[in-house]
Amino acid sequence: MSLPAPESSGARSVLEPADIGRALTRIAHEILERTRGGADVVLLGIPTRGVDLARRLGARIGEVEGREVPVGSLDPTMYRDDLRLRPARALEHTEVPPGGVDGKLVVLVDDVLFSGRTVRAALTALEDLGRPRAVQLAVLVDRGHRELPIRPDYIGKNLPTARAETVRVLLTERDGRDVVLIEHAGEDGR
Amino acid sequence: MKRHLLSAGDLSRDDVTLVLDTAAELAKVASRPVKKLPTLRGRTAVNLFFEDSTRTRTSFEVAAKRLSADVINFSAKGSSVAKGESLKDTALTLEAMGADAVIVRHQASGTPLRLTNWIGGSVINAGDGTHEHPTQALLDAYTMRERLGRLEGLRVVIVGDVLHSRVARSNVLLLATAGAEVTLVGPPTLLPVGVEAWPSATSYDLDAVLPKCDVVMMLRVQQERMNAAFFPSAREYSRRYGLDARRMASLPEHAIVMHPGPMNRGMEIAAEVADSMRSTVTEQVANGVSVRMAVLYLLLGGAEPAIGAEPEAEEVVA
Amino acid sequence: MTRFLLRGVRPLGCEPADLLLDEGRITETGPGLDAAGAEVVDGDGLVALPGLVDLHTHLREPGREDAETVETGTRAAAAGGYTAVFAMPNTDPAADTAGVVEQVWRLGREAGYADVQPIGAVTVGRAGSRLAELGAMADSAARVRVFSDDGDCVSDAVLMRRALEYVKAFDGVVAQHAQEPRLTEGAQMNESALSGVLGLRGWPAVAEEAVVARDALLAGHVRSRVHVCHVSTAGSVEIVRWAKAKGWQVTAEVTPHHLMLTEELARSYDPLYKVNPPLRTAEDVHALREALADGTVDCVATDHAPHSLEYKEAEWPAAAPGMLGLETALSAVQEAMVDTGLLDWAGVAERTSARPAAIGRLAGHGRPLAAGEPANVVLYDPSARWVVDPARLASRSRNTPYAGRELPGRVVATFLRGRPTVLEGKPV
Repeated sequence: MSLPAPESSGARSVLEPADIGRALTRIAHEILERTRGGADVVLLGIPTRGVDLARRLGARIGEVEGREVPVGSLDPTMYRDDLRLRPARALEHTEVPPGGVDGKLVVLVDDVLFSGRTVRAALTALEDLGRPRAVQLAVLVDRGHRELPIRPDYIGKNLPTARAETVRVLLTERDGRDVVLIEHAGEDGR
Repeated sequence: MKRHLLSAGDLSRDDVTLVLDTAAELAKVASRPVKKLPTLRGRTAVNLFFEDSTRTRTSFEVAAKRLSADVINFSAKGSSVAKGESLKDTALTLEAMGADAVIVRHQASGTPLRLTNWIGGSVINAGDGTHEHPTQALLDAYTMRERLGRLEGLRVVIVGDVLHSRVARSNVLLLATAGAEVTLVGPPTLLPVGVEAWPSATSYDLDAVLPKCDVVMMLRVQQERMNAAFFPSAREYSRRYGLDARRMASLPEHAIVMHPGPMNRGMEIAAEVADSMRSTVTEQVANGVSVRMAVLYLLLGGAEPAIGAEPEAEEVVA
Repeated sequence: MTRFLLRGVRPLGCEPADLLLDEGRITETGPGLDAAGAEVVDGDGLVALPGLVDLHTHLREPGREDAETVETGTRAAAAGGYTAVFAMPNTDPAADTAGVVEQVWRLGREAGYADVQPIGAVTVGRAGSRLAELGAMADSAARVRVFSDDGDCVSDAVLMRRALEYVKAFDGVVAQHAQEPRLTEGAQMNESALSGVLGLRGWPAVAEEAVVARDALLAGHVRSRVHVCHVSTAGSVEIVRWAKAKGWQVTAEVTPHHLMLTEELARSYDPLYKVNPPLRTAEDVHALREALADGTVDCVATDHAPHSLEYKEAEWPAAAPGMLGLETALSAVQEAMVDTGLLDWAGVAERTSARPAAIGRLAGHGRPLAAGEPANVVLYDPSARWVVDPARLASRSRNTPYAGRELPGRVVATFLRGRPTVLEGKPV
């Protein structure tokens, strides 16, 4: 996950607060368009920053439609395929909204889409929670380098990167400010 | 890096928080349509029980199965010398079976530590003699935190046969680490020599400590202790150290009553206390599964254990 | 018989001299002796001591020959510098009759590595209820003078009194394993804060001290001799000191492990460190060293207790108590007593040879290194260091608590009545 680290000298900003705001507003509208008003939509954020983004999207959809969209979180850690490559890690919250996911249109929300393995794990995790009518994926940044046949339905920004680069998403709720950084941190590529 | 859970004293404060937080997440699995996680698929956990304990063995078995581990129940009776097969032979057999985790219950203190000499996988102490029972302490702490919201500063009174209680030892270590204040209460005959050096206070007077506590934990007192003259009679024990309705009434409004089970109703705990709203006895059983899932996940789920690190080996592996 | 000239050795650590051994005796001592017709042993830097005498050895034969035999046990003794060992009677059958003690005594003579002096059981079958035929054992070829139920305490006060009285008839001594049985039921380690933490049932010091005190009082009352086996606590030391001050015939021994090791080793739950009486605290170790230095504790005795592997590769409470001792005793004494400045080599000779022979009334051992005396001699290199490798011990068993530990000093040669049992550090 992207850690709120002090900007190293190599970090450069690729999305400013206004860019992030515009991207989310656009995604909110796209979701409404493509789900015919979002009647049965459930937004599930992938921790940690995906959850913040899901809440923002939920709020924007609510402003437009004047109606609450259920927002929850889905931690795919226990379903990851790389568990044995790293020390066992702490679990994040999984919180399914009261209405559940059965028959719903679930939109998974994450900050950065990279290899696609997190989303793959989230899809499996979702399977054990119920049977949605359909599942879609919204991401703030798609940085490429997919290792699985996974494709986002909603993208804030396509960001071509080198593998060795790190993309950090900072959000006001958690990090005190909104910004997306890209850095040449060969040692900690995500 | 330690890969075992042998003593509650092996856990740092951060470890305790991590286990309890993880358990809280894993508790939700019980209420899902699919009560199973794929996390430990292909891993083998052996329940090595030298002493009967259906409750603990089942709890570990359910926990391991919910994480998709394969579970082998290996029960053995009596001491190794009496059987003619040494403890080492048993350990090497399990090692040959490819056990990733050995969950051991033994009537002899220290046996889990001994097994680590011969077993490559993780050894989890499920109760050794009169030494420790760390997962019981974790589930007790989980229950306290769930009911009362915190561990830091909680005033916990543990009552009864501390001398022979592995539950008491593990609870004292864990609760001290977590910042709770523990008072041990019992007849002087059932408090160990050197208890002054433990990170807890002691008292012989139950009535004096009850009004000022948040948690009272009653330990099981076995009848045979009476025959060994640890106390004169069951009636006298119960009168001085049993928790009855009158004593329960002296507890603060919010205080809870715990018991690791199995209970001796009428001896250390009156039936109306055991069945009261304050009693957490049945929650403790349910919480046991979540906490044991958390321990299994944190010890076996990754490339290396996430808890119980030796301080000097504490380096961040990216 | 080969004559041996021990060239330039330091008798009791003093100025270098030569010792000539011939026909089982030391025939000449002094500088620059004539080596004609003698095999010369270069003793440069070696301390010469009288052959060591162990008042407390478990040879396990008859009954547990898988753990040790008279042959392997005496070979271990020779390797440790011993020329005589007192064999404890807790064999199977117990050495409680003239027949069994004579059998052990004969096996020892055949083995030839060290003299074996049997100790007789105090009670029949060591069961603590009826006196064994102490007189018959005393009158046997083994000439038993020391009686003990070691492994168990003669806890019955009347029986102990009678035994003390009875052995006066043949100048015997009762060697008591001081352990109040009721206070130590199921006991696993020293009772202390640590036993409480480890959840191992405690063996309180008072269980030893109460028996030591009672037996000292009894010995004083009936004017007989009592010897306290393996004293392990500071409190016992105080009681022995008091009894000696009264002029009573109370003697005591300490084991090398009680001079070296503490209860902290139990933290490993490795039964290699399980022994009876248990390892105690650092304060006890300190008191025992002081007491050995000032003579309150008379001698060092190994309590060499071989056990086969399966009795140690078990869980702690199921494992057998006991440690090997013969081959590491002198090194342990050097580290605990000599290197700390508490004893010189003359003091070591007194406490490992002369006193134990005197207490056990064993003739021909524990004598001075002087012309005309029996040629029981050990040559010891105090400047050597060695790492204890259980696989290389002469004992049949492996249960040394010093495995992997570096100890000072090595036995280079042992002579039993002029015949080498160890040369160049190896049993002959």
